[in-house]
Amino acid sequence: MEVFIQQLTNGLAVGGIYALIALGYTMVYGVLKLINFAHGDLFTLGAYLGFTILVSFGLGGRIGVGPAVALGVMLVMGLSALAGHIMERAAYRPLRKSGRLSAVVSALGVSIFLQNAIMLVWGAKGLAYPADLLPRFVIPIAGQPVPLLRLVVFLTSILVMVGLYAFINRSRVGMAIRASAIDQGAAKLMGIDVRQVIALVFMIGPALGGLAGLMVGVSYGQITFFMGQLYGLKAFTAAIIGGIGNIPGAMIGGLLLGLVEAFGAAYVSVAWKDAITFFVLILILVVRPTGLLPERVAEKL
Amino acid sequence: MKKPGAGRMVQGLQIVGAVLFFGIPLFGVGPYWLGVLNQVGLYAVLALSLNIILGHAGMFHMGHAAFFAVGAYSTAILNTVCGWSILGALPAAGLAAGLFALLVAAPIIHLRGDYLLMVTIGIVEIVRIALVNDIFGLTGGANGIVGIARPVIFGLRITRPHQFFYLIWAFVALTMLLFHWLENSRFGRALNFIREDPVAAEGVGVNSSRYKLMAFCIGAVWAGFTGALYASQMRTISPGSFNFWESVVLFMIVILGGSGNQKGVLLGAFLVMGLPELFRGLLDRFPGLQDARLLFFGAALVLMMIFRPQGLLPPKGRRYRLPPEVAR
Repeated sequence: MEVFIQQLTNGLAVGGIYALIALGYTMVYGVLKLINFAHGDLFTLGAYLGFTILVSFGLGGRIGVGPAVALGVMLVMGLSALAGHIMERAAYRPLRKSGRLSAVVSALGVSIFLQNAIMLVWGAKGLAYPADLLPRFVIPIAGQPVPLLRLVVFLTSILVMVGLYAFINRSRVGMAIRASAIDQGAAKLMGIDVRQVIALVFMIGPALGGLAGLMVGVSYGQITFFMGQLYGLKAFTAAIIGGIGNIPGAMIGGLLLGLVEAFGAAYVSVAWKDAITFFVLILILVVRPTGLLPERVAEKL
Repeated sequence: MKKPGAGRMVQGLQIVGAVLFFGIPLFGVGPYWLGVLNQVGLYAVLALSLNIILGHAGMFHMGHAAFFAVGAYSTAILNTVCGWSILGALPAAGLAAGLFALLVAAPIIHLRGDYLLMVTIGIVEIVRIALVNDIFGLTGGANGIVGIARPVIFGLRITRPHQFFYLIWAFVALTMLLFHWLENSRFGRALNFIREDPVAAEGVGVNSSRYKLMAFCIGAVWAGFTGALYASQMRTISPGSFNFWESVVLFMIVILGGSGNQKGVLLGAFLVMGLPELFRGLLDRFPGLQDARLLFFGAALVLMMIFRPQGLLPPKGRRYRLPPEVAR
């Protein structure tokens, strides 16, 4: 029971982070049919920006922990969105009319560029968020002490996802995003500026990815310039599990993957943890390539 | 219209170039540079075999290092545990890689481009993790396998860089010859057809799944052979040499050089593996530049895709001469 509760909460927190990153993949894929390989590195960028803002500037000591975290979250999300926007303008927009392979290779190029840019700016050694950045509360759940931070991470991601879901489904802009995902040509005929929709999607996704990076830094401490690679792959797996292009699917896929990984590590083997994830990815693609939920953008795989 | 003589002259120059290239060890080139050329050669063979899958069949395969690893580890295990010679283990390494490819590719071969890409990345990671975790107690975990024997050919033990140079580049030449023949066979034409228009190919009776699977297995067998050569050259192999990044490098060699064109792939191998070595002296003088190498590389990839997506040396289209009775 002790292991179960710990792994359950742990899996939900990690799953929430995967889900947040997965949303970026799934939204971009929805409108552009492109796997944005560089998304994982924008997540890393978020973690490093958070480090600079919260730790290097020591924001918490100047304006108090609460406001500092709120300001930090906003800054990280805004700067990540800006980076995503620049990336879209420089590397993806010129390729809108080219083949799929060109876009994929360009995305790879951006990923390599970002990874190395982060390494050059912040160093190759990796950084550690100090453990006392946030007060560490522990709350009992079913008699087990569970770090409050885990629940905060989980709840934050759920909150953000619900907000995004409402935005996509209820607002006019959200409607434009959905329309562009279903049929770009028809959306243009209806007077939707698809180019702006794509630009917007490339800001929302990285903002959420940056937030996920910040949360990883705050809750796990250690950050490295190449961590986006593994997180990115896993988040992509989560997006596939939920059916790529499908926003609720990405949330469910992320949480599911987090749980599978946490329980797999606890009950099967820690050393095979990552292999289990990729095995799940392959299994899903072989058995049900459209993901567990029906794919929003109907297309043959 | 080009004069027919011009084509022959280019061909002649290429032959002269190849002969001169094979004379390199005779010109007193040091062991360091021969080592670099050997590495270029190994990557060239790997990229040529990936070219069958990625360039000709058009499948986005980013897990080629997995097959390379299977070949290298099969050789190492057969050699150090069972005492096989390297040349004896070579066919077994190819076979093992091919069988492994058949096993993992059969269920995923129908997946569309970018999905296949992700799955193949997953496969290469699973293989690496399996090797690190000392699967079957044979792979030696994170430290890998040490003390692999040198190849012995007709009683000659290959140990020195220039000997390896001839072994590896002879293998490159053999590979290019065989694959050239393969590309221009019915098989190669079928692969190109599937790449250009899978629906039309199926429509005229090309079994696309079967051809794709065959392309995958041929590429894997060749990667397995290369793994055997690599293992005997390095004498020590560890999981770190077969990670996702190696697959990315191979992928980029094919794309940068010109997917579907052997000469392009060869050029890509020289550029990606050789060029950084050439500039090493310059790079060492400016340590900042050395660290920023990959940064430029990433930017170059993006620029390349914007301005020249077909690669530096794209393949020429197939040309056939009309039979005389039609031409008249």
